[in-house]
Amino acid sequence: MPEQLTELKQTPLRALHQNLGAKMVPFAGYSMPVQYPMGVMAEHLHTRAECGLFDVSHMGQVILTPTDGIAALEAGLEALMPVAVSGLAEGRQRYGMFTNAEGGILDDLMFANRGDHLFVVVNAACKAADIAHMQAHLSDVALVEPVTDRALLALQGPQAEKVLASLVPDIRGMRFMDVLSVDTVFGALWISRSGYTGEDGFEISIPAATAPDFARLLLDLPEVAPIGLGARDSLRLEAGLCLYGHDIDTTTSPVQAGLGWAIQKSRRAGGAREGGFPGAERILDELANGTANQRVGLQPQTRAPMREGTQIWDAPEGGQLVGHVTSGGFGPSLGAPIAMGYAERGCAATGTELWGEVRGKRLPVTVCDLPFRPSTYKR
Amino acid sequence: MKYTEEHEWLRVEGDVVVVGITEHAAEQLGDVVFVELPELEAQVVKGDEVCVIESVKAASDILAPVDGEIVEVNDALSDNPGLVNEDPQGDAWFFKMKLDDLRVLEDFMTEDEYKEFLG
Repeated sequence: MPEQLTELKQTPLRALHQNLGAKMVPFAGYSMPVQYPMGVMAEHLHTRAECGLFDVSHMGQVILTPTDGIAALEAGLEALMPVAVSGLAEGRQRYGMFTNAEGGILDDLMFANRGDHLFVVVNAACKAADIAHMQAHLSDVALVEPVTDRALLALQGPQAEKVLASLVPDIRGMRFMDVLSVDTVFGALWISRSGYTGEDGFEISIPAATAPDFARLLLDLPEVAPIGLGARDSLRLEAGLCLYGHDIDTTTSPVQAGLGWAIQKSRRAGGAREGGFPGAERILDELANGTANQRVGLQPQTRAPMREGTQIWDAPEGGQLVGHVTSGGFGPSLGAPIAMGYAERGCAATGTELWGEVRGKRLPVTVCDLPFRPSTYKR
Repeated sequence: MKYTEEHEWLRVEGDVVVVGITEHAAEQLGDVVFVELPELEAQVVKGDEVCVIESVKAASDILAPVDGEIVEVNDALSDNPGLVNEDPQGDAWFFKMKLDDLRVLEDFMTEDEYKEFLG
């Protein structure tokens, strides 16, 4: 194991994690903090009550600089995603996903219009493939530059605005999904008002050299605690957000995954820029006619968590296999187990009573709305 | 108190053995959110999976440390799984077993040996 660990990539905050007593685990090729001495449960609750600081520097940051005008880049990106890129105002960010020819999801991502270029943030595990994908398809219209000299921090929770404004006052006017570049003593900060916890908060791209000092200053404030990947996972699950490679992958379409809201009218049937993205045939058909199964919230009716892979049946014994869990665990803010997964169309309505097979026993579980906990984005 | 390499502790009370998990194990598991206890009067064989402990992160098993019969389970853990983190070597015992021969316990580690085992 130690040999393996030495080959893991490190984030610019490695020494800080060590000083904070983090438990480090391999994740997407990086050594990442899964929890700090506070523990997953307390970290989760602290983020919901106050403010949590997450190191998400393992994620991919990419700059797309147009070489043939912004319109050509927007069109190029729209040829890779069922999402509208054209029309995104300067200073705004949007959620999107790369699809494959079968309509499956290659990765989900955030992209922002930063005036003379687009800034893209992708998942750590997919970053090499995403960069290759963009370089293969966008090189005629853009310079595709992975950003390798920056950390990425997420500051999430009801106190995030107050805390960040104490160091960077300019962020006060930002709304959910706004982006802003600010020159500070820490260098240029690229800030978005977004995150993946269901809380109001910010993601901050910062030069690697100044990131540890900046993080330390934030952590010195009484409201801020360092939060690991463990609580990041339970927070996003409560918020009903998909984890790539678990809730969505190359076999699930955006429509199946309940991400149809991210497909603007302009890209749908009858829209000004209808189709023209990989898998358009399937995705447009599914938007019109529905899917055989779909992502649902699942509320276990006993205290036993239903983990990823749990089979979902339509009867307490016998019956049909009608779904499976893709993310499951315990929701600290709900004090109960929570899960999400896929259920066949006839079993996907809110309130449907189903059974999850846990260690050979069928336990009752009810289809429920997502998110489990309403988001508190500052819209 | 005796200790197993699976991080269980065993305490003799009359002719039964009380079984729980060590502080070290509880710390490694993290916040416990669910405990599934064995059936009363179950006859178990050393190595059987008799309990399930689920923490925020993952599920793990408690194995029967010896052969015997389950004579009592700690129902308090079903209602309050967090007790495992609060008092692993006291109130958060899991079950009591009746053994044919208590001498099998001599094979397990003493506290000092367990500390050495942890390193």
